[in-house]
This record gives sequence, structure tokens and C-alpha cells, in this order.
Amino acid sequence: MSDTIVSLPDQSTARIPKMNFLTRENGLLSWLLTGDHKRIAILYLISISFFFFIGGALAGLIRLELLTPQSDLMATDTYNKVFSMHGIIMIFFFLVPSVPATLGNFFIPMMLGAKDLALPKINLLSWYLYIAGGLLALYTMMSGGVDTGWTFTTPLSTHYVNTHVLTTGLAVFVAGFSSIFTGLNFIVTIHKMRAPGMTWFRMPLFVWAHYAASILMVLGTPVLAIAIVLIALERTVGIGVFDPAKGGDPLLFQHLFWFYSHPAVYIMILPGMGVISEVISTFSRKRVFGYTAVAFSSVAIAVFGFFVWAHHMFIMGISNYAVLVFSLLTMLVAVPSAIKIFNWAFTLYKGSITFETPMLYAFGFMGLFTIGGMTGVFLGASGTDIHLTETYFIVAHFHFVMVGGMLMAFLAGLHFWWPKMTGRMYPEKISQLAAVVTFIGFNLTFFPQFILGTLGMPRRYASYPPEFQILNVFSTAGATILGVGYLLPVLYLTWSLKYGAIAGDNPWQATGLEWQTQSPPLTENFVELPIMDHEAYDYEWLERHNRDRQKEEEVASAG
Amino acid sequence: MQDSPAIVQDAVEAETHEHPPYQRHHFETIGQQDDATNFAMWLFLLTEVMFFGGLFTAYLILRNWYYPAFVAGSHQLNIGWGSANTAVLISSSFTMAMGVWCAETRRKSGLVLCLVLTFLLGLVFLGIKTIEYSEKIEKHHVPGFHYSLQSFLDPASDPVAAQYGDKPLALDMARKTELYFFLYFAMTGMHALHMIIGIAILGYMIFRARAGAYTTGHVTFVENFGLYWHFVDIVWIFLFALLYLISRHS
Repeated sequence: MSDTIVSLPDQSTARIPKMNFLTRENGLLSWLLTGDHKRIAILYLISISFFFFIGGALAGLIRLELLTPQSDLMATDTYNKVFSMHGIIMIFFFLVPSVPATLGNFFIPMMLGAKDLALPKINLLSWYLYIAGGLLALYTMMSGGVDTGWTFTTPLSTHYVNTHVLTTGLAVFVAGFSSIFTGLNFIVTIHKMRAPGMTWFRMPLFVWAHYAASILMVLGTPVLAIAIVLIALERTVGIGVFDPAKGGDPLLFQHLFWFYSHPAVYIMILPGMGVISEVISTFSRKRVFGYTAVAFSSVAIAVFGFFVWAHHMFIMGISNYAVLVFSLLTMLVAVPSAIKIFNWAFTLYKGSITFETPMLYAFGFMGLFTIGGMTGVFLGASGTDIHLTETYFIVAHFHFVMVGGMLMAFLAGLHFWWPKMTGRMYPEKISQLAAVVTFIGFNLTFFPQFILGTLGMPRRYASYPPEFQILNVFSTAGATILGVGYLLPVLYLTWSLKYGAIAGDNPWQATGLEWQTQSPPLTENFVELPIMDHEAYDYEWLERHNRDRQKEEEVASAG
Repeated sequence: MQDSPAIVQDAVEAETHEHPPYQRHHFETIGQQDDATNFAMWLFLLTEVMFFGGLFTAYLILRNWYYPAFVAGSHQLNIGWGSANTAVLISSSFTMAMGVWCAETRRKSGLVLCLVLTFLLGLVFLGIKTIEYSEKIEKHHVPGFHYSLQSFLDPASDPVAAQYGDKPLALDMARKTELYFFLYFAMTGMHALHMIIGIAILGYMIFRARAGAYTTGHVTFVENFGLYWHFVDIVWIFLFALLYLISRHS
């Protein structure tokens, strides 16, 4: 235990428990009709990975096209379709459901000491809606795609393009309801399903982060839904509230769209922040510094997040006073985000840090998210925004937050809880390598884009002036490395399902309730209703708990 | 923080009692189950508020811009039918509330009667809405389908507009009445869709209620449906004021 906290059971005698949620029932139907939050989480994990690789392949095509200044790999309108589908698939079918629908679905009930989410059938329904939306998006892609960008800007999307806006809109609409149901389920579960003794301030910060994200899902997503309905009506009926030629207001669409889509980036990042809190605490063996501040900063991000949407509209002719107010409010969001980063840093301070894979990803998150967040302040300041918006600077900023932040957090969480989900460890050395490869590939891909953006390279064009080529070549090379970094986990995690070392109940010696039960867990999660009698992240409690259990076992074997 | 001790107590009670058949396995007590489903329903209604909120925002902005067109458009609505429909919906909310009371006090025939009345009143509402919609179709006031500006460019030729003493609108403003009718159809159509869903669920509930499903002490389904029905009712009251009653105060 000197340099690592992994406590694996003796491999010669270790066994995966015969009865667990995976072996409880067999057959395809037992999965497709399940109400078990853990099985639904696995279904989600498989489906979002599928969409991630489709979105990733599209990203690869974009980078390949941008290798040379001319538009030579594909026609320019094909390029428009490729980046539009990349955005739509990655945002609505990967980032929004990624951590909440997989790790959140799996672990929120377990962390609260509940048997399931409050509404298991609604949970299953949300997966089916996700699949229906996803199939529609795939159908759109097969039948010719859409070229409005993921923002569906009016009147482009309602008036000028002849691509599949309707089916894409329907896909996003349906997937949106899947997200609403997930958020609703989480809020109800967190309010009503906590085990005895599990007070609000004993909940793991992962749960707090999901609570905040769920508020955003429940309040924001319906507004996106109505905006899409209005676009569909405008396209089909031919008159609408967004068409300036008919007296409508195209800015109204921007307001409605960004009222969801700005909070949506917090829907994407907050659950990731929850993962980082768990990982940082576990691998530095310390309670998260300033637990209450971190918990409230999640809620603060959710609240502030609703009042910053117009910073996407600084160049669209909104009033100067609105620009002033939204600029200020945007900078305010940086405060709770910074509180989190500082508190994680103080958690590390004098902690007993070990560098398992989840921790490497968490470090990656902290660095990259900080850069992503800080550049967000540049974009929130209206003066610099006017220069930088619609350039590669914004692309780089967004990808630093979403890929460098959220995806790193997702991978951190996936590795961290993989032993609990499957009962087996992932191979440590190669996964550490993958984490490092991802970090290097990521920086090589997206850092040059900051420079490209400040030099003035606009986003969403298939060709660019030749003097930008060198930086674009770096970026494309980085994307290749990044691709390898993402393929590796698929390979070794699949391998570990059969050949990984058996993990035991609590390989990381973490304190969450989810670690105090068998791996993989029972369908009911716990043998008996757990009672929470200590604070979150109480490592001394864990030691006492382990000692007591050891004593009990000794007494039992002696008897 | 508040409810945890209560859960402990409930859990102790639960160990000594048999579970009623309608309690789902993952809840510790029936009280927890009722609390959770009620709370979920309120949250769902919150998402509905946000959904309709987008339409109300659009209405707010466009009405501010094109007030004369909105007034002239509003005059074309039949305030008699609108008021009748408001009365019908409020009555249906009353019968629904009585239905919840009957379920709580385990009066099976009363519950069935209340649900049937609510069902019928819902159908009456949709019937009146159909009459109103067909009036709009006859006068070519459906946006996007041969929309006619006749009533707004030359109000004297239109008995309804003449009755209100409408002044002719300039062509540019008259065109904006199409936006008014677009919002009218979008908002009342979205509302009608919610009514149709509600009526379908009511039909299902009537069958279940006759089998005695809601009069054994487990009333959350009836209660939550009641919340939904009242919500749809409240939306209509806003729509009635916003669409029918523009500038009727003078």
C-alpha cells in the first residue's frame, strides 16, 4: 500500500459474486425491458459509445479536409454537412447524455443508498427516446444530411436550405425529451430516495453536480423543444415568427435556442465536475476541501448559467446595455468554476496522491478545463468577443471545455467505476499510456486552433489561406494521436471484461456507499438498507469500518 | 434533511407490515412512493410551463411590435364560443377535483361519474374548438393556406370587423395579422393536443376506475392526472385572455 491504494483480493481465491445484476436474468428481452438503473446505464454506455465513434469519424473527416488549404477532399456543401452532423451527434447524442445517463444512472441511486431511481419505467423510456432520436439522426445522415450547423440558425434553417432540417429537428426534439426525463428522474430520486442518515450535506459531490445539471435539463430543454417546433412549423406552413420577411424576429430564435443551448454546456460539464470531485478525493485520500462551497458552486453554476445566454449574440445587434449586462453575468460564471478548481487544488495539497489512470485523466481535466474556462472569459468580454467570435478561437475554447474537460472527466469516471460496474480491473499500465496519449493528442489538436483564431481564421469553411496551413497540419496530426488515445480504451476495456483482474468490493478504498457493496452489485444494490452515519469522504470511518469487518470475519472463521 | 427521520420511522413500520400490491419494490414505503410520484408530476408540469413559455415569449414580442394587427385579428375570434369553452373547461376542472375527492373517500360510482363528466366536457371543448377552427378556414384566416387579408384591408366588407368598427389597416400591418393567426393556431393547437392526450388517459382511467383500481386507497394516479388536467385548464385561461380579450376593455 505504499505507492498505490489498489487493494485487490487474493487472485487465487477471488471470485466474481455469482448473483449480480448482470447474471440475474439472461436474454435480450431481459435487457430491453429492464427497469434496473444499472442495466439501463449499460445500454446507454453502449449506445453513446456508438454515437461517439460516428461523431469522431466525422471529426476525422473535418481534420483531413483541413490538412490542405484548398477544399479538395470533399465539396464545400458536403463539408458543411459533415461539420453540422459532427456537432449535432456529439452534442445531443454524446455530450448531453454521456456522464449523466451512464455513470449518473448507475451510481446516483447507489450513492444515495437506494434500490433504484424513483421512476424506473421513465428511465427506460428515456433510453428508448434516445435511441429513436439517434436513429432519426442516422437516417438524416444517410439520406443526405443537414447543413445548418448544430445551431439551426434562422432564417437559414427555415428559408434558405433544402436539406433535412425537419428530420434532424425531430431527432433533437425526441432526444431532448430523453434528457428531460433523465433530469426529472434524478431530481425526484435525490429528493425522495435518500437512505436514512443521508442528509443533503452528506451526499457525494457527484450527486450535487448531477442535481444542478438536472435542474438545467428540466428547465432548459423544453425551450429548445418549442424553438424546434416553431422551426418545423415555419418550414412546413411557410409562415413563422422567425422570418423577418414576414414580420418575424430571427433574434427571437437566437434567444430561445441559446436559452437552452448555453445552459446545455453546463448540463455537459457539471456531471464531469462531479466525477472529478470523487476521483480527486479518492486518490489523494482526503475529504474534498471546502465540501459545502463545491456543492453550492454547482448550484451557482446552474443558476448563473441561465442568465448568460445572450453572450452568443454580441455580434447580432442586441442592445448595448444588454451586451453590458450579459458580459458581466458571463464573467460571474467563472467564479463558481474557479471555486471548484481551487478547492480541488487544495484537496491535493498535502494529500497522499497516487497516479492511477482516473487521477491522470482528472489532472488532464483540471489543466485543460482551466484553459477552456479562462478563454471563455475572453469571449464573454464583448470587445474581444467581436474580434474572436466565429473564428477558430471559439472552436478551440469549446473543445477545451468539452473534449478536454468533459471527455476527460467521462474517461476518468469510466476507469474509476469500471471495477464496480464489471467486477474486473482495467489493465493499469496501458490505460495510463492511453491517458497520456489523449492529453498530448488533445493539446496538439486544439492549441494551434487558438492561434489560428486570433490570426483570424474563420470557422465553418472548407478552405483557408495557405499561410494557415502549418498550424492546421499540427492540428490534424494531433487529431490522429487523439483518435489512437480514444481507440485504446475501447480495446483494453473490452479485453478486461474477460481477462481483467478481479476487482473485489472496494479496490480504491473509496468511501462512497457504492463501494461498500459487492462488484458488480446486486439488482437491489444492497443486501440491507444502508444507514449513513458519517460525512462524505470520511476516510477514517472507512478504516474503522474495514477493521470492524475484518474482526467479524476472524470471529466467524474462528467460530 | 427534513424527511430522513420520517423515512426511518416509515421503514420501521414497513418491516412490521405487509406491502400493499401497488407498492413498487424499490420504494421503502408507500408514503415515499406517493411523495416521489407527486413530486415528479410537479416537475413535469414545470417543463410544460417552460415549453409553453417559449410560445408566450413569441406572443409578447410580436404583440408589442404589431399591436393593431393583433387587435384586428383578435376581433375575428368568436368571443361567445371562447367564453363558453372557458366555462366548459372550468367545470371540467371542478368535476376532476370532485373525482379526486371521490377516489380519496373511496366512492367508486362517484369517481366513475366524475371521470365520465370530465371526459364529456373535454370532448365538448374540442367540439367547440372545431367549430371555431372551421370558421377560420371558411374565412381564409389559416396562415399559409390561401390566407386572405380582406377582413383587415376592407373591414366594412366583413360583418364581424364592421361590428367592432375596425379601421382599415395599411397593407404592411394587415399582413402581420397572419402572424397573429399563426400564434393563435400554434398556441391553441398545442393546447388542444394536450387536451386530446388528457382525454385519451381519461378514457383509460374510466375503465380502470370501474374495475375499482383507484378506490382502494391508492389514489396517486388520479391525483397526478388531476394536476395535469388543471394545468391544461390554466393554460387555456391564459390563452383566452391573451388571444380573445385584446383591447376589449374599452
